Amino acid sequence: MSGPPARVEDPSGAASPGGSPRTAGRMRSWTPYAFCAPYLVLFAVFMVLPIGFGFWTSLHEWDINLPAKPFVGLENYTDLFDPGSVDGSRFWSAMRATGIFTVFSVPLLILLPLLVALLMNGRFRGRNLYRAVYFTPYVLGVVVVGVVWQFLLDGNIGLVNHYLGLDVQWTTDVPAAWVALVGVTVWWTLGLNAVIFLAGLQDIPRELHEAAMVDGASAWDRFRAVTLPGLRPVMLFVVNTTILASANMFGQSYLITRGAPADQTKTAIYLIAETGLRQFDMGTASAMSFILAAFLMVASGLVFGAFRDRRKA
Amino acid sequence: MTGDVRRLRRTLLHLVLAVIAALYLSPLVYMVVTSFKTREAAGSTEPRWVPDPVTLDAYREILGSADSPALRWFLNSLAAATGHAVLVLVTATPAAYALARLRFRGRNLLFGTIVATLFVPPVVLLIPNFLIVNELAWVDSLPAVIVPAAAGAFGVFFLRQFFITLPGELEEAAELDGGNRWQIFTAIALPLARPALVTLFLLSFLTNWNDFLWPLYVLLSPESLTLPAGLGNFQSANSVRYDLLMAGAVIASAPVIVLYLVAQRWVIEGISRSGLKG
Repeated sequence: MSGPPARVEDPSGAASPGGSPRTAGRMRSWTPYAFCAPYLVLFAVFMVLPIGFGFWTSLHEWDINLPAKPFVGLENYTDLFDPGSVDGSRFWSAMRATGIFTVFSVPLLILLPLLVALLMNGRFRGRNLYRAVYFTPYVLGVVVVGVVWQFLLDGNIGLVNHYLGLDVQWTTDVPAAWVALVGVTVWWTLGLNAVIFLAGLQDIPRELHEAAMVDGASAWDRFRAVTLPGLRPVMLFVVNTTILASANMFGQSYLITRGAPADQTKTAIYLIAETGLRQFDMGTASAMSFILAAFLMVASGLVFGAFRDRRKA
Repeated sequence: MTGDVRRLRRTLLHLVLAVIAALYLSPLVYMVVTSFKTREAAGSTEPRWVPDPVTLDAYREILGSADSPALRWFLNSLAAATGHAVLVLVTATPAAYALARLRFRGRNLLFGTIVATLFVPPVVLLIPNFLIVNELAWVDSLPAVIVPAAAGAFGVFFLRQFFITLPGELEEAAELDGGNRWQIFTAIALPLARPALVTLFLLSFLTNWNDFLWPLYVLLSPESLTLPAGLGNFQSANSVRYDLLMAGAVIASAPVIVLYLVAQRWVIEGISRSGLKG
């Protein structure tokens, strides 16, 4: 490739007038591309290619085991949008499960970690220890979380029923299963959002709080006038990533409820994986994944829009 | 505020935080306790927080039996997570360096494209990546769980943020001394980037070690599974053998807990800050 001679980025801006000509000849023009090449191979094969290939697949009746993969146009999509079809009814039931889980988990996964972060936002002995403890479940994989909680939630011998004095079938009845799935997820990921909020809280200048105190603002006033506005970028990030994470829920449902009862807690990702990678109906599964992706991108767009509007106001 | 009120509030704060902490750790404590129980004790309706008798039977059985070769799963997971973390560092580091410190035609377009994929929902990659891995004849083998995830943009994005902050004077001095780009990269930039590299290695290792969905579907035969996939399959088949399941869960947690205890600050700081700097 014969581009202009590559040169070193001048980090100090205008410090050396006329750019840095002495470095111009030293670096060969292909050097930066060589630095990027190993990553770009991976990026091309496992990121760029699959995005197009996935959409191509969704336009076919694609079974990995069958030589014929007839082109069907948008039939996989129209089939999914027909609630009367088998695939359509299964898909929207799974989308409903994903929606229920997202709607009930996200508010808790914002409010409780924020509360914990506010409690920890001060200088006191043992703070780092608490932070480390609350974060611990998050470093465990979903398989450990699922296996342990399936045991604790066991309707007959589980600790949860024992200590609460209940007789609830957490893993096979709704709405109890939703309570269990949301509760387990809060336990698992509260620490993550809490440490992110805590980092954001500590970036808010102390002077702002002190100035508000001098003005006689109450704790609640200061929270609304100083803390929340100061947290806005962090809040945007947390709300967005939490919605995406909840909408991608798979392991908890796979391990704890197995989609029971009657596939009511089988999430969209769960159905896509089963359809594409167990039944090898990859055309339908790809179409499902693009519809889900569209929902996720719209959700992200709404979140960004909501945060931008408030700034203007 | 008087001293008494302040002391009372502080005590109350500690009480609340300590109760939450106890509730937080108790499931994990019970996991460990149950893993040392006999089969009968683990299935008892009366919860006991001290195993009596203490036995290693569950570990012996899950590590030794033919349909749950947990030792093999453990080694597979170790190889996969290490291989993945090394691959991420080896590929993302030079790319991030070039994107941060070198000027070349197409750089902004390239970086823009890489960042844009951070917004692509990963679910759309699931089916096509399975087909690609299948074309490469990697299904049911370790490369399938090592390589594809290394294409993610996070590593490049994360390290580029770091390289951008490095002062330019050191590089310029090295250039005047006649060093070429590769020498400057390895001798100047890499040592300075050590904390960021360690953090990225840890996060990549943890993510890969804990990954569940992908290995569950792309690995098939019992001896090629990673621990999460193996344990997930084992649970489907033996959902009431809680002694074995808890032993398996302990084996799956032990390495990440150890890593976490050793490098707790790097893990927490890395995770809590990495998403925010952008």
